[in-house]
Amino acid sequence: MSELKLMKGNEALAEAAIRAGVDAYFGYPITPQSEVIEYLMTEQPEKRTGMVVLQAESEIAAINMVYGAASTGKKVMTSSSSPGISLKLEGISYIAGAELPAVIVNVVRGGPGLGTIQPSQADYFQSVKGGGHGDYKLYVLAPASVQEMSDFVEDAFDIAFKYRAPVLILSDGLIGQMMEKVVLKDQQERLTDEEVIKKYDSWATTGKTNRERNIITSLDLQSEKMEARVHRLMKKYEQMELEDTRYEEFQTEDAEYLFVAYGSSSRIAQKAVKLARKKGIKAGLVRPITLFPYPKKVLFKLANQVKGILSVELNAGQMIEDVLLSVEHKVPVAHFGRTGGIIHTPEEVLEALEQKIIKNGSIRHHKTRESSIL
Amino acid sequence: MEVLDIIKPENQVFCKSKLMTDTTLSYCPGCGHGTAHNLTMEVIDEMGIVENTIGVAPVGCSVLAYDFMNIDMTQAAHGRAPAVATAIARCWPEKYVFTYQGDGDLAAIGTAETIHTCNRGENIVIIFVNNGIYGMTGGQMAPTTLEGMRSSTSPYGREAKTMGMPIKMTELVANLPGVYYATRQSVHTHKHARKAKKAIKKAFENTRLKKGLSFIEIVSNCNSGWKMNPNESNIWMEEHMFPYFPLGDIKVNGKLK
Repeated sequence: MSELKLMKGNEALAEAAIRAGVDAYFGYPITPQSEVIEYLMTEQPEKRTGMVVLQAESEIAAINMVYGAASTGKKVMTSSSSPGISLKLEGISYIAGAELPAVIVNVVRGGPGLGTIQPSQADYFQSVKGGGHGDYKLYVLAPASVQEMSDFVEDAFDIAFKYRAPVLILSDGLIGQMMEKVVLKDQQERLTDEEVIKKYDSWATTGKTNRERNIITSLDLQSEKMEARVHRLMKKYEQMELEDTRYEEFQTEDAEYLFVAYGSSSRIAQKAVKLARKKGIKAGLVRPITLFPYPKKVLFKLANQVKGILSVELNAGQMIEDVLLSVEHKVPVAHFGRTGGIIHTPEEVLEALEQKIIKNGSIRHHKTRESSIL
Repeated sequence: MEVLDIIKPENQVFCKSKLMTDTTLSYCPGCGHGTAHNLTMEVIDEMGIVENTIGVAPVGCSVLAYDFMNIDMTQAAHGRAPAVATAIARCWPEKYVFTYQGDGDLAAIGTAETIHTCNRGENIVIIFVNNGIYGMTGGQMAPTTLEGMRSSTSPYGREAKTMGMPIKMTELVANLPGVYYATRQSVHTHKHARKAKKAIKKAFENTRLKKGLSFIEIVSNCNSGWKMNPNESNIWMEEHMFPYFPLGDIKVNGKLK
């Protein structure tokens, strides 16, 4: 039975993992996402579903545990926050290279370095533009509510197994820490070992039976083979763009000005749209739900309609690059965002739209990258 | 005694295991890796556990172990094989999981994973081939390079004052409660290879009995990295490696020797 509860984003994600029939979670504590492993340890999911939960000695160990479990066809995930994700990137690159299904959660905090434990969206580049080494991409889902922290767990695993590729849930300290009501999904059965073997016998390393041996590796010493592997990955990413790009539009039908914002920023931008409309400014919002694949087409289309776009992000200007690539310089684009763990207000966002776009509609592109703190 | 009296299955040390593929080994002639691979495969074959065995290959000379071992294998990031094996063993408690790692992988970059996997007493086998050098990258200093030993990154010999002394990983992990069996072997003679095989078999038996972690160090040669011919390297190993890394059991059935 689905259940309505008041929960923290991190807890909702952890509970959703148990209910989604996840086989294993490996993690390491870091603020502001420690509630995920705390919740799992308290809930004892090994008693509820047989799910394995292990606190690793480091984020590096945790992501390599994910690699190990994923290589045997198990549904496995980890979570961390920004500095911890930096440590996991080597492993994430291996998971992408070895074509393994896995889910990684980043409850982002401010950086660089040890930064701050306060919310941020400064890991956009790291998430969307690679992060780890080599030619790979992550399918990136950006939840904007506690409900989506819960719902995206299952969505992420569906994509991970559809493409045999790692999926990142890019949350932030705000969504992870805040409490909202959430409708939890029904409990799904975990696959039995026999079912896992049957389902993934063509690739998973579960023990060599009468078939050829299965090998999980990201290594191809022959250049032609390595290139073929890269091409195979690129094909997956093309297919993701075609079939699994997700976004949400808010009051864009008649919009003259557009906010583009994801995750917690999109909640604030949505408020800014309402404030703008009260003042007679026809603003709208596009919320990318997937940051890769990026909803380029809808932005390209809206660029013919609006007079300017403000990319609203809790960082110094990262997603704006994808907005610029999407609209191909058809309209002025500017960035607004607070950093350091400060969360912008709807009033600030609206003011930024008025100052950067409406009053100065002729903003040149080189200006769009300037520091945009008011 | 006639030659034919000697050629008996029980005397065959170098018979190629059925679980070795026909792929030509990438190891230098004279290297101990091939023998260590073969012994491991012989044990898995003799125990009849291939359907339930998952190997984890490292980064280093034996990165391509999966090309030679005809079993299901996952190749891990450098040093992370114990973490990879931990997860597999946790998710598949009835399976036999082993890692096959070199000294750079296990005792340098992967030290944290090695120690914590041993400390948790994961029900796996770790096979640790220690040849005191980084073979694959071309003979650089390893954490187990002997004092005074030359390598491409210790061209004047390892200086303990600035580079530390070689690390005795097996003694170190043997002190952790999670380790049930810790032993140091070699495979450079028939006699030694047989003993090593017994140790490997004992380790996999421990997995079967869910006793926890078995740690088998195999002190081996690296004739290319040491810049010697195979025979010289084996003699050098006996004269120099064995005094610092003495062969024999360090911990048996959970008890230190």
